[in-house]
Formats: sequence, structure tokens, C-alpha cells
Amino acid sequence: MSGQPVIRVEGLRTRFGPLVVHDGLDLEVRHGEVLGIVGGSGAGKSVLLRHLLGLLRPERGRIEVLGHDLARLSDGARRALQACQGVLFQDGALFSSLTVAQNIQMPLRERLALSESLLDGLAGLKLALVGLPLDACGRYPAELSGGMRKRAGLARALALDPQLLFLDEPTAGLDPIAAAEFDHLIRRLQQSLGLTVVMVTHDLDSLEAICDRVAALVDKRAVVGTLEQLRNLHHPWLQAYFHGPRGRAAARAAREGS
Amino acid sequence: MSDAAWLGHGMDGGRLQVAIGGGWTVAELAQLDDAGRAMLKALPVEAGQARIELGALEALDTAGAWLLCRIQAGLAERGWQVELAGANPVQAALLAEIGRLKPRPALPPPQLNPFVRLLAHLGASTLSACGEARRLLSFYGETLVTLCRLALHPGRLRLTSLVHHLEQTCLNALPIVGMIAFLIGVVLAYQGADQLRRFGAEVFTVNLLGVSVLREIGILLTAIVVAGRSGSAFTAEIGMMKVREEIDALRTIGADPIEVLVVPRLLALMIALPLLAFFADILALFGGGLMSVLALGIPAPQFLSQLQGAITPTMFWIGLVKAPVFAFLIALVGCYQGLSVSGSAESVGRLTTQSVVLSIFLVIVADALFSILFSYLGL
Repeated sequence: MSGQPVIRVEGLRTRFGPLVVHDGLDLEVRHGEVLGIVGGSGAGKSVLLRHLLGLLRPERGRIEVLGHDLARLSDGARRALQACQGVLFQDGALFSSLTVAQNIQMPLRERLALSESLLDGLAGLKLALVGLPLDACGRYPAELSGGMRKRAGLARALALDPQLLFLDEPTAGLDPIAAAEFDHLIRRLQQSLGLTVVMVTHDLDSLEAICDRVAALVDKRAVVGTLEQLRNLHHPWLQAYFHGPRGRAAARAAREGS
Repeated sequence: MSDAAWLGHGMDGGRLQVAIGGGWTVAELAQLDDAGRAMLKALPVEAGQARIELGALEALDTAGAWLLCRIQAGLAERGWQVELAGANPVQAALLAEIGRLKPRPALPPPQLNPFVRLLAHLGASTLSACGEARRLLSFYGETLVTLCRLALHPGRLRLTSLVHHLEQTCLNALPIVGMIAFLIGVVLAYQGADQLRRFGAEVFTVNLLGVSVLREIGILLTAIVVAGRSGSAFTAEIGMMKVREEIDALRTIGADPIEVLVVPRLLALMIALPLLAFFADILALFGGGLMSVLALGIPAPQFLSQLQGAITPTMFWIGLVKAPVFAFLIALVGCYQGLSVSGSAESVGRLTTQSVVLSIFLVIVADALFSILFSYLGL
């Protein structure tokens, strides 16, 4: 079941004015894997994510998601495709005027005609899936802690049972314990729901803990491989990234953990 | 996309046979829920063994699995002994996961009955209005103290900021204030002449115009425009700074937010509003005069001499003396509401609206108090 690509990026070029962010970037995401995207600040990680979501149009190149070319998608097909992907933005991007339960029900209400009791039931289900207490459902995003906001954002991303999950820095701003719990949660959901996950991250521990493969954005391209393969490449940025003090510590922690 | 989902059942001896198939996904949920309910309703009263056959399932997502668990629980509640058969390992794992989590519906909080809710709402808003008044008063005190401190150490006044806000609130407001005042002058002259013509007292239009513009309309109009324009801007600016924790950053640096943010805005507005009111007076009189000359046939020299007879310097000062007070109220409310923003960006919007409403309300209350004061003084 795993193996065939669900996302294929070929020759992507992105430019903001004179600044070229990606040039000839190729990337493949396979079904059922967790792919981490790493790179220095300004290397275009979030930009790549926005490309995959269809929020940005590439200057050149081709992006295929679940077999659809994003550039040649009718509005109806785009809507259908969006139902197959869930996104967790940094800090959740929860709608601040809605309660947590209403936030989770929002995508369901947009797309399906379900009764109130089913909507309440589904919201309860998603809350349980991401490990939020039931009494969080009536609270507003401003009344939640950072970690709870991320979980609520994840619950909303999972509302339509997507096949593809995009995460933008899921563990940024969480304490190490909460970050480890969140990693564990993503791994568990990915396995039990059979998701394909693409996550942008800075967190070396996350990479060690849950990513099957890693795409490093260096020199405007993506270098893809398992963590072990990337670690043994001789690119100066990769060396500095994986063999700096933090990279070594994360690798040691992963070895001791396993 | 998988085929339409279905649910079928039948009795086989004393045994209930349920078969499900197709794509049990969130898209099919409403229809499947109805089918499940219909089945539970049609069951014989006497419970026994039940078997749910999953072999024909093509897809199962969390919503489908959840519904299946719910149907299973519904059967168990009615005394049936349920067994699931034919699930593939992935589906079985998902069902086990849902069974382990035992999700309960996320019900919205219960609603009180409407009368009690009305009463509760009334009580809560009364309390919050009282609290608001108290906090506004204490903010007023804090601001006064800061102003006094600055009077002792004038070097700490932020001149650059003051000039910047003067430009924003005064110079940039000239076109809109002038335009509105001019048009109101035109309307006033025209409507006044229309009524006074019946008594052959058309020429007293000039008195009506002069007195009402100088005493009331010029300043009130300007104050309302400025409350909508600058008061709201104060709330939004300071509110966004609060959301981005800039206010806390100021405090940790040792700078007093009232000194840095509130006082320059307050002083700028107190300088700006009298100037704007003066400008509005002139433009309204000009508009009214133009109307009198062009449409009502009062020649310009007669208009001027009539105006000179009708108005006194006292009237002019009565109008203008209110301006700094109104400016103080508008700036105070605008800055106070900005500093009371908490948490989300949504509260910035809510408090900005509230700031405009409250400052216009206070301006009109103050105007009424001024009227009482002036009539008491015999002016």
C-alpha cells in the first residue's frame, strides 16, 4: 500500500521579485509516509507547503497532488481535492469567534448536510482522537493554551477524514514534554488512520521520532532521503544541521530511546 | 471515490444478521445514520444474538467507524449480543481505537430558559457597565497623575509622537471635517429659510445659522467625526500593540505605556479639536452664507451685517471652550479601550466599536451638562 507517490513536484521555481526561493525543486511524497521538510530560515519551507496546498502558483514547474495537476484544476475538482487534505497551520489558525466544537464542525458544515446531533458526535470523536478533554469543546481559542490550540487545530484538520495531512511547525512553541506528546499523537493518528503526512519542522527530535524520510531544502532544491542518508551527505549546511550540538543531542536521544 | 454505502439487515432464525458495505465515510454519514436508526427501530422486542458482517466494506474512515460503534452500542443497549465479522486488520484497528477512546458528543452548553437568560444578561451587563465606569475613572486618574508628572518634567514629553498624532488627527482630518461642516451649513440655511419664509422673516436665517453653528453644531459635529476617525484609530492601534505584547514589552523596558502612548495622543487631540472646530465653524458659516446669497437672494453685504448683529464673541468662545473637554473624553475612551484589549484580534474589533459608541455618548452627555452650566451662568 505504501510506495506510490501521492504528491509529485517537478522543476518547481518560485520567485518573489528578485529573490529566487526554489529553482528546479523536485520532490515526491509516498503514500502512507511521514515526510519532514527542513531548511534554514528563508529557505522556503513554508512557501513549499503553500505551493502544495495550492495557495501559491509556481512560476515554473508542475505540482501533482493525488494525481491532479494543481495548475489545471477546475474549481469543483479543487474543492474535492481540498476535502482530501487537512492542514494544521502554525499556532492552529483557529477561528477566534467560534468555540472549539464549532471550529471542528466548520469544515463539516461547509461541505455536508449533517444533523446537529451527528455534528456534536463527530466533534466529540475528533476531540477524543486528538486527546482533548470534552469540556474544551465550548471554549474559545483565546481561552486555550498553546498546546491545546494545536490539538484543536489538528482536530479541525482531521474533521473531513483527509488522506493527506499538512503540518506547519507542529511542535514550535511547545515545551519538550508537550512536543514529544504531540509527536506521539501524530504518529499514532498517522498509523491508525493511514494518513500521509507532510510536516515542516525545525524540531530535530520530531524528525528523529516520527519522520520516515526528510526533505532538506538547500541551494534552492530539495535533498530527500532517510535521516541516516542525509546525515552522511557532505553538504556543509546538512553537516552543520545534523552534526551541530542540537543535531547530535537529538540523535543520541533517539538512539537511547530505541 | 468509493461506491454508495449501504446497510442491510434480516433475521435468520433467532439471529439478527446485519451486513454493511460500500464506503462508510463522512460524506455518507447522514444517510447511514438514518439507516441505522431505522434498523434499530424495526428490531423485534426480544433480543438475541446479532452479527455484523463487514466483508463488503470498501472504505472506512473515523466518522464511519464511529457510527458503526454507535450502532453496535445501540444494539447492545437493547440487549443484543453483538459480534463483528469480516473486518480487515486496518479496519479492526480503527474500530478498536474508537472503541478504546469511547468518544462522547461535544454538546453545546445547555441554554437557560429565555426569561432567565434575559435577566442574567441584564445583570451581567449592568455589572460590567459599573465595572467599566470604575476602571475608566481609575484610568482617568492615572492619566491625570501622569500629566502632572510630565508638567513637572516637561523634558519627558514625547514631542515627535505628539507631532505625528497632530498630523494624523488634525491635518489629515481637515478635508472630511471641512466637507461635512460646509454641507451642514448649506442644509441648515436652506431648511431654516424654508420655515422662516412663512413668517416673512427670511433674513433671520442668518441668525439661526450663526448662533446654532457657533454654539453647538460646529463643535458637536467635529467631535463626532473625530471620535469616529481618531478615537477608533487610537483603540485599534493600541489594541493591536496589546495583542502583540508590545505593551508588556514597554513595561519591561521601564517605560510607562500611559506616558508613551496615551499622553501624546491625548495632548495632540486636545490641540487638534479646537483647531478643527474653528475650521468647521468657518466652513459651515461659509456654506450657509453661500446658500443665502445664491439661493435665498440675501446679498452678501446684508448677510455679513446681519451675522455681525446676530453673533457675539461669547458665542464663539462658548463653542470653542467645549472642544478640549470633548477631545479629552474621546482620547481617554479611545486609549482606555485600546489598553483593555485582551487575547484575540477579535476583541480589537469589538472594543473599537465600543470606543466610538462610548465616546460619542460621553461627548453628548458633556454637551448637555455644558448647556445646563451655561444657562445657569446666564450666557
